[in-house]
Amino acid sequence: MSDPSPLLAFSGITRRYGTGDAEVRALDGVDMTIAAAEFVAIMGPSGSGKSTAMNLLGCLDVPSEGTYRFMGADVGALSRDQRALLRRTYIGFVFQGFNLLPRTPAVENVELPLIYKGIPRARRRAMALDALAKVGLEDRAKHDPSELSGGQQQRVAIARAIVSRPAVIMADEPTGNLDTVTSREIMDLLTRFNVDDGITIVMVTHEPDMAEYASRVIHFRDGRIERDLSNRRVA
Amino acid sequence: MLWETVRLSVQAILRNLLRSFLTVLGIVIGVAAVIAMVTVGQGSTDQVTRDVAKLGTNLLMVRPGQPQQGPGTSAGTAAAFDMRDVEAIQTQIASVRAAAPANTRTMTAILGNENHVTSVTGTDSQYLEARDMPVVTGRPFYESELRTGAAVCLLGETVRRELFGSGDPVGQNLRLKSISCRVIGVIEEQGVSSFGTDQDDFVLMPIRTFQRRVSGNSDVSMIFVAIRDGLSTDRAKADIERLMRERRRISPLEEDDFNVFDMKQIASVLTGITSVLTGLLSAVAAVSLLVGGIGIMNIMLVSVTERTHEIGIRLAVGARESQVLLQFLVEAVVLSLLGGLLGILLGLALAAIGSDLLRVPFSPDPLIVLMAFGFSAAVGVIFGYFPARRAARMHPIDALRHQ
Repeated sequence: MSDPSPLLAFSGITRRYGTGDAEVRALDGVDMTIAAAEFVAIMGPSGSGKSTAMNLLGCLDVPSEGTYRFMGADVGALSRDQRALLRRTYIGFVFQGFNLLPRTPAVENVELPLIYKGIPRARRRAMALDALAKVGLEDRAKHDPSELSGGQQQRVAIARAIVSRPAVIMADEPTGNLDTVTSREIMDLLTRFNVDDGITIVMVTHEPDMAEYASRVIHFRDGRIERDLSNRRVA
Repeated sequence: MLWETVRLSVQAILRNLLRSFLTVLGIVIGVAAVIAMVTVGQGSTDQVTRDVAKLGTNLLMVRPGQPQQGPGTSAGTAAAFDMRDVEAIQTQIASVRAAAPANTRTMTAILGNENHVTSVTGTDSQYLEARDMPVVTGRPFYESELRTGAAVCLLGETVRRELFGSGDPVGQNLRLKSISCRVIGVIEEQGVSSFGTDQDDFVLMPIRTFQRRVSGNSDVSMIFVAIRDGLSTDRAKADIERLMRERRRISPLEEDDFNVFDMKQIASVLTGITSVLTGLLSAVAAVSLLVGGIGIMNIMLVSVTERTHEIGIRLAVGARESQVLLQFLVEAVVLSLLGGLLGILLGLALAAIGSDLLRVPFSPDPLIVLMAFGFSAAVGVIFGYFPARRAARMHPIDALRHQ
């Protein structure tokens, strides 16, 4: 809270869905800051607002009220294209359902953010292969997602998230579809990128085991922060 | 960037072969149907126009009997003509280029073991001139043969082929009923008429020979009259009617007991039929184009729903709306062009085959090709683009949830 220049800062963030009687306040006046190189786990029961918070943090959505500053920029004031530009440059996403393009080789899935950055083909390919190597899948570059296991698919997704060297990775239940052993591998990977490369990680999870990997755990309930605790790393 | 997008689009098309194929199919069918039908229709119209020109629009047929519609009317009880009537028309009407008698009967022509049923016409040299039928092998009738009623004949190409095969018929004798007649020549091939009748299935002999040996009287049952180029057939028709009324002593109160039929009448009937036909084909073609268009529309709409999730992924990793749109637009354009080209090829091929089967000239119209192509391509592009635009404008999260 006392960090003079936080990477991400919510102040008085409210996000409403629907109107009139059907109105739901998914987030209700949330204040929070996340500093560079933190590894934050966001926890909470269903409907607590944790996914809404993640969408806002990832600049996929804009708040109804309050100000969200991403590296100092007021996200609410940005256009769709400006937000796309911001995501492309600073944010990598990892989803519960992997969200890889079907019938598309792993390496091309990893290249996707680079295509939109306008990076030339040869360089793009090299960067994508490099990212795949970092997640230990260099030998699966030509495989389609359907030919990969869940853990491998998630590792491809992580490679896609880090390929553009982002400031922060937004991971939405990254281990939700995986077994314990694979989940641990994924968490180890995320931790490594956090520790070695200084990439900030914001992860939504409902599994306390996975939250153990984070340096800080924020609990949401009914659209508000219930607890915000520093964690001792399991590592 | 555009080149890169084209490359990616082609990649996406190849990756979704079935979907691409179905989209292209709609365009291919639409374009091919229109091109094939309109081309064949146009070919038929050309054929009719050509036939009419061949029949001679300056040709009149004078027959005994009440004037009726069509060339097949019977003579009824009215008296036949004779050679003096033919001569009178030849000599007394200035606009006449040629006038020839024509007595026709269906007979069996026999040569050795071969026989062929054909129509035998007794006439004279003027007939060849009036009908524009040059002799390609041998020679036309000599004046002496016409005068004496010699047993000689000229063959149409079909009769020559049926009886003589590849042999030379000139100088050979063939039998028509009890008449043995010597072949003196073959008439140039006339082809098949718009009615589908073989215009080369005939035997010509001198009118006098026909009268003596076939009909047994000196009647002339029909007179072909060719009018000089550039002169009015209506005027000539009126002149012939006046002359014949005079010769047949028809009082001013009586109706004609003969009729003068103008080939132009056939021409207008035929042209009417083919224009109806072309209209019909165009209507069918328009429906196929519409159905093809709806097919394209459906596939594009379905595939965009299917691809909304993909669009969500692209938006999440930082694609701008315009980048996603450009990709979909290029994909739609590439597919439409591909489908259009295939459709043109298929349509022209079908038209060529159809024209060949129907024996009409193959005459593709570039305008129709362009129109069919333009319509299908426009449908492909519009229905590829607008649903994609809707998806690209969606909230990335909503698009991502779309499965």
